[in-house]
Amino acid sequence: MTFDLTARRFGLAAAAALMLGAAPAALLAATPPDALVIADAIDDIVSLDPQEAYEFSGLDVVNNIYDGLVELDPSQPTGPQPGLAESWEVSEDGLTFTFKMKSGITFSSGNPVTAEDAAFSLRRAVKINKSPAFILNQFGWTAENVDEMVKAEGDTVVLKVDQPYAPTFLYNCLTAGVASVVDMKTVMEHEVNGDMGNEWLKTNSAGTGAFILKSYKPNEGYLLEARQGHWRGDAKVKSVFMRHVPEAATQRLLLEKGDIDIARELTPVDIEGIAGNADLKIQKDVGGQIFYLSFNQKNENYKNEKFLDAMRWAIDYQGLADTVLKGNMVVHQAFLPKGYLGALEDTPYHLDVEKAKALLAESGVQNPKVVMDVRNAADRMEMAQSIQNTFGQAGIEVELNIGEGAEQLKRYRARQHDATLQSWGPDYPDPQTNAGSFAWNPDNADEAKVGTLAWRNAYDPGKLNDMTSAAVMERDGDKRKAMYEEEQKLHRETSPFIVMFQIGYNSAMRSNVSGFYTGGAIDSAAYWLVTK
Amino acid sequence: MARLRGLGGAAFSLAVTLLGLLFVTFIISRVVPIDPVIAIVGERASEAQIETARVALGLDKPLWQQFFIFVGNALQGDLGTSIRTGEPVIQAVTRAFPATLELATLATILGVIAGVPAGVLAATRPGSLADHFVRLVGLMGYSMPVFWLGLIGLLLFYGVLGWVGGPGRLDAAFDMFYEFEVTPYTGMILIDTALAGRWDMFVNAISHIILPAGLLGYVSMAYISRMTRSFMMNELGQEYITTARVKGMPEWRVIWVHAMRNVMVPLITVIALSYAYLLEGSVLTETIFAWPGLGSYITDALLVNDMPAVLGGTVVVGVAFVVLNLVSDLLYRLVDPRAR
Repeated sequence: MTFDLTARRFGLAAAAALMLGAAPAALLAATPPDALVIADAIDDIVSLDPQEAYEFSGLDVVNNIYDGLVELDPSQPTGPQPGLAESWEVSEDGLTFTFKMKSGITFSSGNPVTAEDAAFSLRRAVKINKSPAFILNQFGWTAENVDEMVKAEGDTVVLKVDQPYAPTFLYNCLTAGVASVVDMKTVMEHEVNGDMGNEWLKTNSAGTGAFILKSYKPNEGYLLEARQGHWRGDAKVKSVFMRHVPEAATQRLLLEKGDIDIARELTPVDIEGIAGNADLKIQKDVGGQIFYLSFNQKNENYKNEKFLDAMRWAIDYQGLADTVLKGNMVVHQAFLPKGYLGALEDTPYHLDVEKAKALLAESGVQNPKVVMDVRNAADRMEMAQSIQNTFGQAGIEVELNIGEGAEQLKRYRARQHDATLQSWGPDYPDPQTNAGSFAWNPDNADEAKVGTLAWRNAYDPGKLNDMTSAAVMERDGDKRKAMYEEEQKLHRETSPFIVMFQIGYNSAMRSNVSGFYTGGAIDSAAYWLVTK
Repeated sequence: MARLRGLGGAAFSLAVTLLGLLFVTFIISRVVPIDPVIAIVGERASEAQIETARVALGLDKPLWQQFFIFVGNALQGDLGTSIRTGEPVIQAVTRAFPATLELATLATILGVIAGVPAGVLAATRPGSLADHFVRLVGLMGYSMPVFWLGLIGLLLFYGVLGWVGGPGRLDAAFDMFYEFEVTPYTGMILIDTALAGRWDMFVNAISHIILPAGLLGYVSMAYISRMTRSFMMNELGQEYITTARVKGMPEWRVIWVHAMRNVMVPLITVIALSYAYLLEGSVLTETIFAWPGLGSYITDALLVNDMPAVLGGTVVVGVAFVVLNLVSDLLYRLVDPRAR
């Protein structure tokens, strides 16, 4: 009897627990037909103010809620296309650019877009001086002079620059998120303590884009709602719901069950795992980030071109890309990522241990030892271990110094490393962004603190300095492209940099989803073309 | 008077605990060999920008001054601004904590509902099949990594069987418009949807919470059943139990009334501890279930060295601990006349 009663109680409790568990069984819903549901890790977002946003996830949002004077059009990814400006011209002396505005476009508030809004937005970027402001500072615009340099005249925006730069340089920079046009009236209504509406715009939208920002919760997600009567044609879906799902396995499960339409952070293992699933498809793409080795030329060995060459032939680029980095990286051997004007896509180097040995012998460097700083991330450590192995085969000893990213960056910035395995993401969609860092260092002194990657490696680019300076001023687009090609060739043969890989993107989606554009290496995601 | 003194003592211990907590967390955040400024301004920043950021964050001031500023602000409900998201920490924590609270509460309820009877069952039949079974189930709860259980649970109950909702607190179809349709009185979806009369959302929320809550409840049950068993066995050997049995009292009364009343006292501590542990936010469970709770908030912040967020989150966990302690103290007084 005793046992019965206690057992019965126990049974009741267990039954209650089970009932709670089983109750909601039949209530699973697929994604709503008119909404695009995406899972991604979006904890990099710092701000959704277009003049402040400077992270991948934030720029994806900005790209969909704002437009610029000129834009990269996903359907014609050949270079800057008309955005809010219908045409533009540059003066004879190359110092004045005039953009004529399209008419009849309105902000989400209903306010018409004017040249004054466009000029205000560029001035605002310079004045609030957030992370991406330097993209515009390059044209000689400062908080003091920008009111003079950037002006609205009737239905045109007139931009003055301090030197006759390559026009494509300006146009490319104007496609960056920082040059997005915001609704001056709405933004200034929300100004607090002279912040030009920055605080408000971090979590609200005031643009002309295909979507408006309906809600944003950091580390949880955001909701975009399509605008009716958008100038570019209405978006195909009514809303876009982004869920912050940091765990790849979780994203995969959600995608397989149809609870999301697109998963953006799957690992190569997950990608392989869903390969045979007819309900899903995978879209491959490359991003702008490149991975490279660099060697501090304070160590005289690294000025020896034969020695550097020996190391270039002692890396198993393709082997790595096919195995541990599979799906994550593609082999790339020039400082401009594929997608950029003038990017070199050929890959002349491959693993050739005998050649590396011969070059090492020719170099005269005895018993070389490389101390390589490596960030404690799985893919980097795998890369480093493979390099350690193949360098070893060629007779070059490698000691790995694995550590936390920020600390290693500090050593790198202070020129204290011997060698380092690093990645670099371009800042804006113009080749100058990487040329100006990999191949430009006007003063190699420690005190100069130039800060470019060339300077960090105590590398005096010599002739490349002039080539970089000339390319950014070249007004003929084709010539400019050829200049970057030549520059990259020389750089990869002589500099203490070994560019190895460009990052790959794998977006997995339900098979009914089409038209998703990730932005590739130079642009951000576009949701307005997606159908499902 | 005694009660007043009790309350005063509690307030004092609360203050000291919190101050100590703030102090330790603060010191740890300042001695880690990572420069928070570089983490914020990024790779491209110039020396001048780094310096500006350092000043803006108050990191140029002496350590003791930074600490007092931090404590002063915290007392006014200002836990600072997250470096990573630019969001006031108090706002983020107000959003994240109810998600964790909801999960932890449900898990604890499930843990108690299953754990206490199981412990009692095992204690009343030591060495029996039931006892071995309870111990085995408990051992599994103890020893299996919770993230593994979580993944397997998701695969089975969500992926294969489709019995429960997937990761997240609601289906996307509900989640996307949730904040426009339901007033967040408590931030706990089950309560808020019930208050709003949105039973469709309520049921959906149940389907999402049940698996993570069941999982954490299982772990908590493993602990509670084991402790209940040992407390109960101890009580059942006491003389007053023998007396009660000799007097012919029904066995269920002996166990559930007489013995249980004494088991309750230590058991409250056990339950409170297990609840407090869950309130810290079960980091791995929250990550796997994409549950936007306090655990994942603090961990994400820690990974990018976002110290205001870490400190703020820690303070909230600390307060929750202290409050739980107070509550279990009060419960002691209710169940144990000697403590009054």
